[in-house]
Amino acid sequence: MIKLTINGTPVEVEPGANVLQACEQAGVEVPRFCYHDKLSVAGNCRMCLVEIEKMPKPIASCAQPCADGMVVHTDSPMAVKARNGVMELLLANHPLDCPICDQGGECDLQDQAVAYGFDRSRYAEAKRAVQDKDLGPLVKTVMTRCIHCTRCVRFVDEICGTPELGGINRGEKLEIGTFVTQPLTSELSGNLIDICPVGALTSKPAAFKARPWEYRKTESVDVLDAVGSNIRIDARGNEVMRILPRLNEDVNESWINDKTRFACDGLTRQRLDQPYVRRDGKLKPTTWNEAFAAIAEKLRGSTPQKIAALVGDLADCESVYALKALMLAIGAPNLDCRQDGAEYDLSSRASYMMNSGIAGIEDADAILLIGTNPRREAALVNARIRKRWLRGGMRVGLIGPAADLGYPYKHVGTTSQSLLDLMNANTAFGNTLRQAKKPMIILGAGVLARQDGAALHGAARLLAQTFNMAREDWNGFNILQSAASRVGALDLGFVPQTNGVGTRGIVSACEQGQMDMLWLLGADEIDMTRLGKTFVVYQGHHGDAGAHRADVILPGCAYTEKDATYVNTEGRPQRANRAVFAPGEAKEDWTILRAFSQVIGKTLPFDSLDQLRAAMEKSCPVLGNIGSRGPTAPWPIAISNECGAGLYVTQAFAPTIEDFYMTDPISRASVTMAKCSLVASGQAEGAARAEKEVAHG
Amino acid sequence: MLAPHDRIFTNLYGHESWSLDAARRRGVWSNTSSLILKGQPWIVEEIKASNLRGRGGAGFPTGLKWSFMPKPSDKPHYLIINADESEPGTSKDRDILRFDPHRLLEGALCAAFAIHAHTAYIYVRGEFYSEAQTLQKAISEAYAAGLLGRNACGTGWDCDVYLHRGAGAYICGEESALMESLEGKKGQPRNRPPFPAGAGLYACPTTVNNVETIASVPEILRRGAAWFNQFGRPKNNGTKLYCISGHVNTPCNVEEAMSIPLKELVEKYAGGVRGGWDNLMAIIPGGSSTPMLPKDVCETVLMDFDGLREARSGLGTAGVIVMDKSTDIIYAIARLAQFYKHESCGQCTPCREGTGWMARIMQRMVKGDATIAEIDHLLELTRQVEGHTICALGDAAAWPIQGLIRHFRPVLEQRIEQFRKQAKAA
Repeated sequence: MIKLTINGTPVEVEPGANVLQACEQAGVEVPRFCYHDKLSVAGNCRMCLVEIEKMPKPIASCAQPCADGMVVHTDSPMAVKARNGVMELLLANHPLDCPICDQGGECDLQDQAVAYGFDRSRYAEAKRAVQDKDLGPLVKTVMTRCIHCTRCVRFVDEICGTPELGGINRGEKLEIGTFVTQPLTSELSGNLIDICPVGALTSKPAAFKARPWEYRKTESVDVLDAVGSNIRIDARGNEVMRILPRLNEDVNESWINDKTRFACDGLTRQRLDQPYVRRDGKLKPTTWNEAFAAIAEKLRGSTPQKIAALVGDLADCESVYALKALMLAIGAPNLDCRQDGAEYDLSSRASYMMNSGIAGIEDADAILLIGTNPRREAALVNARIRKRWLRGGMRVGLIGPAADLGYPYKHVGTTSQSLLDLMNANTAFGNTLRQAKKPMIILGAGVLARQDGAALHGAARLLAQTFNMAREDWNGFNILQSAASRVGALDLGFVPQTNGVGTRGIVSACEQGQMDMLWLLGADEIDMTRLGKTFVVYQGHHGDAGAHRADVILPGCAYTEKDATYVNTEGRPQRANRAVFAPGEAKEDWTILRAFSQVIGKTLPFDSLDQLRAAMEKSCPVLGNIGSRGPTAPWPIAISNECGAGLYVTQAFAPTIEDFYMTDPISRASVTMAKCSLVASGQAEGAARAEKEVAHG
Repeated sequence: MLAPHDRIFTNLYGHESWSLDAARRRGVWSNTSSLILKGQPWIVEEIKASNLRGRGGAGFPTGLKWSFMPKPSDKPHYLIINADESEPGTSKDRDILRFDPHRLLEGALCAAFAIHAHTAYIYVRGEFYSEAQTLQKAISEAYAAGLLGRNACGTGWDCDVYLHRGAGAYICGEESALMESLEGKKGQPRNRPPFPAGAGLYACPTTVNNVETIASVPEILRRGAAWFNQFGRPKNNGTKLYCISGHVNTPCNVEEAMSIPLKELVEKYAGGVRGGWDNLMAIIPGGSSTPMLPKDVCETVLMDFDGLREARSGLGTAGVIVMDKSTDIIYAIARLAQFYKHESCGQCTPCREGTGWMARIMQRMVKGDATIAEIDHLLELTRQVEGHTICALGDAAAWPIQGLIRHFRPVLEQRIEQFRKQAKAA
């Protein structure tokens, strides 16, 4: 530990800490623009200048490592004068257009100018104006406001791994921009809006919509992938205006992906705001009572064996629990929460989640990605891998379609044959895994939906054992889920019951007319054309594929409209909180199920959310550990000689997510996401065209 | 006066060929291997004892800088020779490059050996095209003669020398910006610490020295620290190349002892000030970055690091710019302010915003289109920039203006009043 004195207060800091961090530890705030604790140190804004005894000049505290016996003053005349000077220079060419700036009210420059600025400008010369840059549909630029702190440049370089921003020209003419005009390609680009300390980079979709002090802020979690990013929902009136990240070092650090942030405009479009019943082939608005009556009537004419329920990707634990309770009360055994049709070993909780945790990536020294593109399936898991890679001493291998992940990797192969070769033959990456102290595999849940999914899962288990990934002190066997509901629903056992069939069985039974009723809890990703004449109940919030096929629609709540529990891919239960009310007659999903149970005389035993949660946590205690992963699930997962048997070794892994911006009913309803998708596909087409041209000389 | 036989740069004027044969006749590469075989500690100690201070401008003791290099480890060590000579008023390194490149290469080998480096880069200013060609030919000659490369000069030490041409940015002469540029990045200075000796080029231990510094090394080793010590005042020892330009009768480069009186230097070598000494207005003693000295100071000041610092200026690169009474002194400094505005890299706030602001005020000062209060504001502005930046370019931009206000404030005030009168009349 290093001992130093800050403003007369002694502090002890870890070796390697800089003076600014020491000041923070001592509770002394040092103003800064360029310094960001998740980015490399640039030391260019010069706002954090402090006086250090025995040093002749003021020192940029962010770039100065602490040393024993240092005596630091942050409020001495020298330090304050230096900051006043820097502030005046920062404002010299700044347009001071705060009244029309979307950053106003949450602007570092504004706040610090209050503390260190003069009450008037002495700059009598013509101000600089800079042409705005087109960074795509998400990030709006007003480059004249830029103070050149280079946070954005470092962010795309370091966190995203897409070095598309930089400074061109020099001196006063320095401009931040993309070197050639092109939109940003990173899935994390929206974070630029947060890290920009001024109004140079702001949200394009939210431009001129509201002022920061008008928002009602609600802490919640994201459900558009399985990372469970911690978010803050900012609403005005009954509309979600924007979504921001909340710091959680174990999950999303300070970032969220662009879908999490910008798909919120989809929450106001295509909404199911009242019950519908299909009459004469057309969906007609109706009342809750009539909707329930229609379902109850259908139920009466059926047998439990011919009733099925599927849980979609955005469902919360409470409604999954309620639906399961309802189905068990009816006696229906055909349940599944894996609407992609995956069927694999579920004997242990460890077999379907990310056992080492997202933060555990930082401990790994070799990572094998199998059939996954983490950049699309879980952009923040990918950012974590990149963060680990940047630190050095870690190699990544990929079995699956090649993709730009933002870090170099060894492309081991494209089929599951490579998986077997790693174990059985002497391969370069096999040796890497063998020599690694903390090796890790990340198996994309998407490829488990293949016909040989179970065999693939078995082969991966075997691989984990072969390379000693499953130990007392380290569990490197990871399934990367991409649906927010999946781990929670599996924890609750929403899987085929005795004599029941799973998703594949349900769909083919529907196709063959052997299923009377199918209850879809927000399930939109199955092939609706194969449901035959089955009576389909769709309970959900968006008019997507499921609602179009439905015979009865029960309008539910989106994740921003209910208090609910979600379990992320690493098995961490987290709570979403209601930020706004659901539109029209839509109700919270568990209450719909509870109400319907009463209609058919099988009243579920809970009258409030608290009662439901108590019952749920009793049946599945891990869901009670909100925010914590709890003890890691027990290893071993069953390994037998049959693991891996039946692999389709010649069938190449296909990408699970083709379009990052359109993966669920909410993002498919979002105009912003549609724009992003268009831009991204344009890039893909452009790249393909360019490649073709190169190939043809 | 420095005796001819005490001069290091015996072909400063290019009277003889730069080639290896001619250089050898001048004593270059004469007993290099025996110097090197005395070992690293001896070389470093000898250079320390000689009191050789860096000739690039900052005047940091060279031997001390070398002694900061860590012990050999698995990381390579690098020597970088800064030949990005761009300081207005300075043209000494250029003449070493084109007329005496072998002296530099011999020094490169000695210095590389002293700091455990097997690789030396010479970063040549982009505009020095023919100089770079000459240097490259000299490097090839040295390789062909076994003086560089594997087992350089028969010493058993491998030493590769690479020439790298810059692209013409003044800031790339700043050592850390130079390293960034050499690594293929945009030439922007780095924060210190880490210092180059700890983490320099490619994050490996690195020493950056000026051309003149390195080229002086072999001669110091050959003749001994005591020989070098006899010139100049204590701590300011040795011989030095001075570049005298501006309003003198015979502008020239000359090698002289340190601590020579400025007046003697101008009178003896540059043929005196145009129109006689009394026609002198001011002298910038050490390249454009150093504050100017008015005539009365020039009468007595000694040309060395400490003497000029006492006169609130600096030796810098010893680029002596003489200005006679015909000079529009405000315009002269405004032009320099323009230069620094143009050459600021733009990375850190005070320099990026300050150089432009200062240059604009200076532009108005030239016309007199300003207020008296703005003179104080300008001075304050220079203080807001000075000492608050990542590298010394901010200081370099501030000092000439400070020198102007310190010594010629009445001229500024007079210009303002004159402008007002004219404006009123119109």
